[in-house]
Amino acid sequence: MNKLKQLFAGGALLTFMSSVAHAEYGLNMPVGVTETSRQVYDLHMLILWVCVAIGVVVFGAMIWSMIFHRKSKGAVASQFHESMTAEVVWTVVPFIILIVMAIPATKVLIDMHDASEADMSIKVTGYQWKWRYEYIGEDVDFFSSLDAASNEARQVGSKIDPSTVDNYLLNVDRPLVIPVGKKVRFLLTASDVIHAWWVPDFGWKKDAIPGFINEAWVKVDEPGVYRGQCAELCGRDHGFMPIVVEVKSEADYAIWLAAQKGEEVVAKMEAEVALVEGLTADDLIQKGEEVYRANCVACHQMKGEGIAGVFPAISGSALVNGPMDAQIDMVMNGKVGTAMVAFKNQLNDVELAAVITYQRNSLGNSVGDSVQPSAIAALR
Amino acid sequence: MTTVTADTHDDHHDHGPAKGFMRWVTTTNHKDIGTLYLIFSLVMFMVGGAMAMVIRLELFQPGLQFVDPGFFNQMTTVHALVMIFGAVMPAFVGLANWMLPIMVGGPDMALPRMNNWSFWILPFAFAMLLSTFFMDGGAAAGGWTLYPPLVLQGGNGFPYMIFAIHMMGISSVMGAINVIVTILNMRAPGMTLMKMPLFVWTWFITAYLLIAVMPVLAGAVTMLLTDRFYDTSFFSAAGGGDPVLFQHIFWFFGHPEVYILILPAFGVVSSIIPTFARKPLFGYSSMVYATASIAFLSFIVWAHHMFTVGMPIEGELFFMYATMLIAVPTGVKVFNWISTMWKGSMTFETPMLFSIGFVIMFTIGGFSGLMLAIAPADFQYHDTYFVVAHFHYVLVTGAIYSIMAAAYYWLPKWTGNMYNEKMGQWHFWLSTVSVNVLFFPQHFLGLAGMPRRIPDYSVQFAEFNMWSSIGGFAFGLSQVFFCYIVYKTIKGGEKATDQVWEGAEGLEWTLSSPPPYHSFTTAPEIK
Amino acid sequence: MSSENAYYVPHDAKWPIVGSIGLTLFLGGFAGQLNGTSMAANVMIIGFLVLVYMMFGWFGDVINESESGTYKKLEDVSFRMGMIWFIFSEVMFFAAFFGALYYIRVFSVPWLAGEGSGATTNEFIWSGFEAVWPTNGPAAVGGEYEKMGAWGLPAINTFILLTSGATVTWAHWGLVANKRKQLIMGLAATVLLGFIFVGLQALEYSHGYNELNLTMGSGIYGSTFYMLTGFHGFHVTVGAIMLLVMLVRSIKGHFTPENHFAFEAAAWYWHFVDVVWLGLFIFVYWL
Repeated sequence: MNKLKQLFAGGALLTFMSSVAHAEYGLNMPVGVTETSRQVYDLHMLILWVCVAIGVVVFGAMIWSMIFHRKSKGAVASQFHESMTAEVVWTVVPFIILIVMAIPATKVLIDMHDASEADMSIKVTGYQWKWRYEYIGEDVDFFSSLDAASNEARQVGSKIDPSTVDNYLLNVDRPLVIPVGKKVRFLLTASDVIHAWWVPDFGWKKDAIPGFINEAWVKVDEPGVYRGQCAELCGRDHGFMPIVVEVKSEADYAIWLAAQKGEEVVAKMEAEVALVEGLTADDLIQKGEEVYRANCVACHQMKGEGIAGVFPAISGSALVNGPMDAQIDMVMNGKVGTAMVAFKNQLNDVELAAVITYQRNSLGNSVGDSVQPSAIAALR
Repeated sequence: MTTVTADTHDDHHDHGPAKGFMRWVTTTNHKDIGTLYLIFSLVMFMVGGAMAMVIRLELFQPGLQFVDPGFFNQMTTVHALVMIFGAVMPAFVGLANWMLPIMVGGPDMALPRMNNWSFWILPFAFAMLLSTFFMDGGAAAGGWTLYPPLVLQGGNGFPYMIFAIHMMGISSVMGAINVIVTILNMRAPGMTLMKMPLFVWTWFITAYLLIAVMPVLAGAVTMLLTDRFYDTSFFSAAGGGDPVLFQHIFWFFGHPEVYILILPAFGVVSSIIPTFARKPLFGYSSMVYATASIAFLSFIVWAHHMFTVGMPIEGELFFMYATMLIAVPTGVKVFNWISTMWKGSMTFETPMLFSIGFVIMFTIGGFSGLMLAIAPADFQYHDTYFVVAHFHYVLVTGAIYSIMAAAYYWLPKWTGNMYNEKMGQWHFWLSTVSVNVLFFPQHFLGLAGMPRRIPDYSVQFAEFNMWSSIGGFAFGLSQVFFCYIVYKTIKGGEKATDQVWEGAEGLEWTLSSPPPYHSFTTAPEIK
Repeated sequence: MSSENAYYVPHDAKWPIVGSIGLTLFLGGFAGQLNGTSMAANVMIIGFLVLVYMMFGWFGDVINESESGTYKKLEDVSFRMGMIWFIFSEVMFFAAFFGALYYIRVFSVPWLAGEGSGATTNEFIWSGFEAVWPTNGPAAVGGEYEKMGAWGLPAINTFILLTSGATVTWAHWGLVANKRKQLIMGLAATVLLGFIFVGLQALEYSHGYNELNLTMGSGIYGSTFYMLTGFHGFHVTVGAIMLLVMLVRSIKGHFTPENHFAFEAAAWYWHFVDVVWLGLFIFVYWL
């Protein structure tokens, strides 16, 4: 019996210790790394303490009453049931408290809305289920999706312990990079459904709405890596489209930007070469597999089996195994009203040709033909 | 119609209930229909609860262990729809059916046949809604708020879900019309409006909210239907529409809906606290005015649910101020309840325990509501577990606690049997401990950055999620225990007196326990 | 309340469950039809017939009870209040669509065109789009179309509906003054005008679809135009059927100057669709 008690005590202690050890993981809103986020944090703490103070008074009175005005203690009920004074007091006092809270809230809100005089602008587009970042005027444009390690671990029945994955579900293949101390304006929109872009350390989230642009801005004080997630339910993989922002010093940012531009140029040249010279079927299939894994598996699944009733299978699909024109049309233009978007807006000619060829010759299909990037380009 | 036409029909007043199953199908009796509503609501509570268990099971630890993310989204979506439209609303309509005619001293609800239809639409509507789980593409998975364009991606279940909502709307509107007419037209002579019990008042105001907003929801989902099937462009920017338009229409319904779920709860608690404090309700008239103010304000605050959609700043400021104002009348209510308890002679039977639990935990939900009203802070809170914690505090420990309190309070009257007090107290304490383990850590999760409606999360959220799940399972089991207590009370138990509670006042306590099949065939005297 | 004045509580209501079954078959069939399920249209038709059967039965029972003098002052008041609040709920249904139209015209279309907070929306997504009403959106959904003019058929329809509002009131005066002929003539004229309205509306739709290329798919203008006028037309049809039933009952001599709630309910409903039409004429056709 004693042993059991010890075991219990030990267990309780362990649990407690582990909670303490993890205490840094936040019981509270992060203070964040921008002037805005600090203002929001202060506002949050102000309201919190006001609520706590009111709570102490209200619950205090209630508990006092429950202890001392109980029948078992012989309390006799008074019969008063009205007091104009009391009613006026507890209408007016809360009203004044509210005004006191509204003043700083209004100030912060007005500041947050002012996205003018930004040093640079980035267009952020939400896709099911990844983000696209376009640096306005810089010719840098890329997608950012869940990193491979998290993606592998998060599959149902993967048997991979999430705690062994670095930044599980909060890591991406290509983070957004911005310079420190600059006012960066975000132009948020979406291509398919509503998403919301949220990095807690920046102090706000904003919806990305298809067909409209919302503006928001950030001016980060210190370099670092800041993580967030999509905050608006956007379908099956809503939980799996994180946001990672690397804030670099101005010099580092400039280096990064130049490298990106270089990569873009190389990629463009490669694509142009492929356009003219064509690619072998094997090259296309190999490239197609990469494209498929990055863009298609979320719905159509790793082996192309799809999900019954929601996302059609690629394996054995009549469309994929039929005439190629129909398949190209589907991939390029999508299907209205479904999660199948027009991939001609997301992928270049090489990628499109590759993924179409891959689908026709893999995932259990063996049509045996292929399509060249030039043929795709002609259809644009 | 001023002259009374010749009275040639037989009086039906002495009819007892018919026998067998058809009694329940064809009944026009307000108590029968009330019972049907209450049982239906309990069944739906269990169905929705089962879905919550699936959600908490998957969230027990990081990684996906049990369900596909798509199915998880169906669970969260349908859990909400079932709990709101299937459990909480029918429970309050059931209470209204049982108690309103008695409380105003009337013979029955004003439109008894329509009353029957209001109920009998519901089982069909929910059968339709739940059947979508078995269709291609499964049930709705875009959240109960049905935001387009996501909801338009649904499978074959989509139109069934839309029509199920239409049916629920028809049922609610008919039920609300019945409540209004009953209260305006069926009061016993001398029962002036300002003599009505607060439960009657709160339901009266709720019914107006229902009539005003359920048709708006019907309009909104109709636009979803045509956007998907008839090429309209209400919610598509390409055609000149706006996805956010849906959110405006939806929340114009949705915010009053929130008060539809809570105002009757205010009424219940305002009936119970005076009984067990043995002291009249403090500030009756201010309670009535506060309820009316809350109802009015509920129409001009809707966009606080959508601070992050990118409204112009004038809009955000307006909705922030208006929302903060709601704290005033809500505060008045809480202060009045406490003043009612103050210098009373309190005892703590189960209904009182649930009512006190309601006041405390609903107030906690109110505090987080006030925090959410502050637009700049809401940019952080929005769509996180902080919001999930907030609305579960006001709906579970708010609305549902008041329903539990009402059930214990009136079960002896309904069945003629006392429930087992010891079991009732156990039920209260088990529920209260577990519900706080379930929802309180969710505040922290939200603040620390966990978005809502995700099936899997980063490992830093693991511990609180585990606590929350453990609380969830315990809370779920406690409600199974509640079903057992109710069952046992219906089957038998110590006989209840007519008065039942020492401090109880009101017309329902002047009738026998259980009351006769027809409540007041002659109107009672109102002092 | 003495017992002979006691409120009438009917028993054994069998019609509601019939109604529920009918409604479920109708809407379930409709949903299946939308999904393209085979045979679903048949289910829908059966459901509709069940609903019609339910209405005949239910209203028939109520009419019989009314004719046999079951209802007294209190019941009559209940019916009146019930009808008033039902009409109010209908008003709110239309409010959703009018609200949508308002939001579109005042907010979303100007935003898409770059006004107010929409500057970047227009610059980056819909450059070149300008806010004019009517519009089928920046992507010109549904292709070229022409606006439905206000001063052709719609103006005639306005005249017809306003006249029918007058004739139904004239019929009511006849009923109250016990002038049977005036009642029947007034009602008959109202019903006739109602159906003429619906017919002209159908003509207008056919004009829209066939000659103007104005369809439900013509962007937001087509959407709001057809949804608002369509639901209104549906309500006019229902109202006209209600009045038709009242006409038949008037001919049968059901109504007395004192006891004619059903007639008044139908008349209220008719005035309601009348008022909605005025809103439509101003905000959908004219402005």
